[in-house]
Amino acid sequence: MNPFSLQHIKHTQDINGLSTEDGAKYIAGGTNLIDLMKLQVETPSQLVNLSQWEDEQSITENDDYFRIGAMVTNTALANYAYHQPSLSLLSQALLSGATVQLRNRATTGGNLLQRTRCYYFYDTTKACNKRQPGSGCAALTSMNRIHAILGTSDDCIATHPSDMAVAMMALDAQVSLTSKTGEVRNIPLRDFYCVPSTTPHIENVLKDDEVITAVIIPKQRHGTQYYRKVRDRSSYAFALVSVGAGLVLKNDTIEKLTLSFGGVGTKPWYPASAIRVLTGATFSEEVLDLAIDAELADAKVYGSNNFKPDLLRNTFKSVMHSLYEHQRENGDHEGALYEN
Amino acid sequence: MSTLIVNEETYPLPEDPRTTLLDFLHQHLSMFGAKKGCDHGQCGACTVLLDGERINACLVFAFQLEGKSVTTIEGIAKKTNDSDAKLHPLQKAFVERDAFQCGYCTSGQICSGVALLGELAAKNPSAVTCSADYSQKEDISERMSGNLCRCGAYPNIVDAIEDVIALEPQ
Repeated sequence: MNPFSLQHIKHTQDINGLSTEDGAKYIAGGTNLIDLMKLQVETPSQLVNLSQWEDEQSITENDDYFRIGAMVTNTALANYAYHQPSLSLLSQALLSGATVQLRNRATTGGNLLQRTRCYYFYDTTKACNKRQPGSGCAALTSMNRIHAILGTSDDCIATHPSDMAVAMMALDAQVSLTSKTGEVRNIPLRDFYCVPSTTPHIENVLKDDEVITAVIIPKQRHGTQYYRKVRDRSSYAFALVSVGAGLVLKNDTIEKLTLSFGGVGTKPWYPASAIRVLTGATFSEEVLDLAIDAELADAKVYGSNNFKPDLLRNTFKSVMHSLYEHQRENGDHEGALYEN
Repeated sequence: MSTLIVNEETYPLPEDPRTTLLDFLHQHLSMFGAKKGCDHGQCGACTVLLDGERINACLVFAFQLEGKSVTTIEGIAKKTNDSDAKLHPLQKAFVERDAFQCGYCTSGQICSGVALLGELAAKNPSAVTCSADYSQKEDISERMSGNLCRCGAYPNIVDAIEDVIALEPQ
């Protein structure tokens, strides 16, 4: 590992006027960054240590929204959300990710900024435009079973790995950013991530002088919620396909649909086309097909991941049927599909 | 001076900020209970407790833990007045159930299991508790999924943990 110098943030106001080197990186829990540093994928000359940043280690709420500090751990957030019916999707997504050991260290801000697990990004002997712009993309014509089918480009087909972000996107979350000049701006999570296009190394709209301080989730009814994750083993694996959804049904009409996809996009995927087709529609097999057809219209497959459109279609429809049946039997229900 | 507490003793942080907690335990404190398996947070052999919560010692720099308290497998057994170590109930259960073969991953498994007992007592959810029907064995397996081992002793590890849960009903 390359040598680096250290800086520390202890209070949010320390961001104001913080002076960092060009090669500086912020380190929150470190569960992804330290891994990448050991592999020489990341070689920061300076780390800004956020471990003592106590201002942003708590969750607060008012009548309108939940505010989750950037340094809240995935465990703390999962436990909290588990007891909030309107956040049950988030709890289930978090608990499906990684392991207890990792969730105890991983943070809300860090989770949003974690890097792809594309094999070629991790292997510094292989071409990767995300790691080394202009070097090419080995995944396009190689082992791409875990790779994206939506939002891809000729330069990059890497998926975003976060389960948490998929759920937060469905729940209309905003990311709160603070700049070194003290400016605060809130960006909808749907607008936070970038598709790779010709610049896959630019993954989000975070500016060089900004730090994620919190995630804000508005208090809304999402009805019955379900995060379904399909993967190669039943625990501790990234999603091949995941579907996060919440359904409010009135008679047989889809009054409100909360929906997002993981494992299929170059960013946590907000399926605007599918939501457009379904909102206000009468629930039926045909309308589900129409919705997923609309979303998959621009999907591209790359060989080893040819199974993903069908897997996404089937997972989506299965989730929707489960939610539909639960809402039919439990009108006005709010919370997890399964409650114990 | 910046310090870190390990098994109730206070130590100065290492000078080189690149030192992970696992390397600090091995190279500075000669505590080799936490094992280096994959060194990338994938196997759980290095699991230790940080203020009672389990973490991978290989994926945290020592400087990130300034002022915090770490318990390793060496600190799981309680010291008695005559300085004999008294095994934790889960350590005894591992012995009785033969919950290991080569034993390399065992210290991580036990630290993980000890934290798991606390998580159950606190009623923390797992991915399995989001299912309609689940068994205690399935829940334990899910919660222990961050500790990988190829030795095929998984059923005995789950049994050992169940034995200790039965000792103190949740």
